[in-house]
Amino acid sequence: MNIKNYVISLFATMCFLVTLPLKAEEPLKIVIEGGIENALPIAIVPFAWSQSANILPVDITSIISENLSRSGRFDVMSEQDLPQRPTELNAINYGDWRKLGMENIVIGTISLTGTGDYDISFRLVDIYRQKQIAGFRVPAKPDKLRRVAHQISDIIFEKLTGIAGAFDTRVAYITVRGDSKKGKTHSLKIADADGYNAQILLESPEPLMSPTWSPDGRRIAYVSFEGKNSAIYIQDVLSGKRAKVADFNGINSAPAFSPDGKRLAMTLSKDGNAEIYVMNLVDQTLRRITNHHAIDTEPSWAPDGQLLVFTSDRSGSPQIYQVSANGGEPKRITFQGKYNSRADYSPDGGYITLVHGDGESGTYRIGILDTDNGYINLLTTSRLDESPSFAPNGGMIIYATSGINGGQLAAVSTDGRIHQRLGLQAGDVREPAWGPYVK
Amino acid sequence: MTIRLLLLLGLIGMLAACSSDQVKEEQQVAVEDLSSSSPNSGTGNEAGGAQTYGTEDSSSSSFSELDDPASQLSIRIIYFEYDSSDVKSEYRPAVEAHAQYLSRNPTQTLTLEGHADERGSREYNLALGERRAQSVKQQMMLLGAAASQIRVVSYGEERSAVDGHDDYSWQQNRRVEIFY
Repeated sequence: MNIKNYVISLFATMCFLVTLPLKAEEPLKIVIEGGIENALPIAIVPFAWSQSANILPVDITSIISENLSRSGRFDVMSEQDLPQRPTELNAINYGDWRKLGMENIVIGTISLTGTGDYDISFRLVDIYRQKQIAGFRVPAKPDKLRRVAHQISDIIFEKLTGIAGAFDTRVAYITVRGDSKKGKTHSLKIADADGYNAQILLESPEPLMSPTWSPDGRRIAYVSFEGKNSAIYIQDVLSGKRAKVADFNGINSAPAFSPDGKRLAMTLSKDGNAEIYVMNLVDQTLRRITNHHAIDTEPSWAPDGQLLVFTSDRSGSPQIYQVSANGGEPKRITFQGKYNSRADYSPDGGYITLVHGDGESGTYRIGILDTDNGYINLLTTSRLDESPSFAPNGGMIIYATSGINGGQLAAVSTDGRIHQRLGLQAGDVREPAWGPYVK
Repeated sequence: MTIRLLLLLGLIGMLAACSSDQVKEEQQVAVEDLSSSSPNSGTGNEAGGAQTYGTEDSSSSSFSELDDPASQLSIRIIYFEYDSSDVKSEYRPAVEAHAQYLSRNPTQTLTLEGHADERGSREYNLALGERRAQSVKQQMMLLGAAASQIRVVSYGEERSAVDGHDDYSWQQNRRVEIFY
């Protein structure tokens, strides 16, 4: 390695050390409010660790246990109830587990390599068939141990439920500290899907809004008022570098990346009032999609990139409309209730989650619209819910709700049976955006 | 030895570079803060209703009309109904007074800041705040003000006057504020 490269890599490492530890945040706490009946029994046996004199920096088995129980789909056996602690296949006493009604167990080992990295291997075993369902060996750098635990959780989840897991994903959100009188601090943050590893991407005394991920998970678009008006920025998650992409007269809001990441749908009022536009991110040219004196905003892309849905009050109150991503005549798709807004397409395009306002009770709840029949099912029961965002596996929706200390994040399964509340230590948390799978 | 020294110096320089970048960014934001919070310094009495007195920087005597608490010009907040951007008739005299003031003082400009209550979605509320401010602007233009004298900005529900979750707070937050 020549000196220049050495300095650059040291520079990179040290900048990393200088910025990130300062920005580490209290983790979000997640409380499960209800699981489904018939949750699958599973036991996670603490993995054998070769250097028992040293403590592992990350408790991999606890993270897996917490992930699986938080999903609501698993009934994870508590550690003190484990009848034995096998770490190899041939040490499993199947009879002991069967007696307890256990259906699956996870065993594994962790060792340290000569280079200071870790070597993790695990097996998911079907107790009744006495057969290994999955077995993997994963090498990991020390700072990747937590991520490996999430990846193992994803494999177990998928093998046993048939649904891709979304533990190894991240969530972006906005927090606000302070009050109207003394001034507020707005922060754009990202955290692992379990609330850990929270990091600040941007802090501002002026409002921040509408974070949204690029499909590759490397960039986040958002709205910032730091220039005394709304403007849309795209920020690189790793480097923190950002570019202002829309700063027109009037509002610049509601950015949404196209599924191919090359275009950004947005709301601009530069031509008089709020309309939907699509910006080509290569040359920053704009194509106007809507043309109506009513409010048109909150575009969301269908996964095929051909259609957009958006909110418009052209009928007299906010409702969801669908339009070709090249423009054309919009078609209204919500007819239930006086207020439907902030649509977000499911990853398979079969559903749209939205904010559903009920004029009579004055509540705003998260609904899910079946794109086949147009019917809206309500998933939440509180009063002021907003900003729903699908997990990349389509199984959960994260949203913002009002809690004791202001906004809180919560999640609900798309069948409405599993509810989780994600609480911060203090402050107002809002506008969650569930990030994509990152390779 | 020299190589080591170079390395060390390089490192220090680069460390300084990355920390000073950060400082720069923070300072920038702080600067934004100062400049953008100053027009708000008169808003502390919003909770008491539509009576907002005075502005900063009124040392020039030609601004006295704006400072007269008995004048319609002292009304600096216009409140709205839920999901509506219609300017209620009770605010007509105030809107007219501001429009005529602008018409008499063609170099004078003002900013209309539109806001919404917290209910419903944030991006829709940002557009709603703008529509409220635009509707005040349209009225002022019909009453003699020039478009170039009026700047419109919307904060949607992002900058509430009152941090509550009840009818009173919502009513206080559905507003257009007038800043000279």
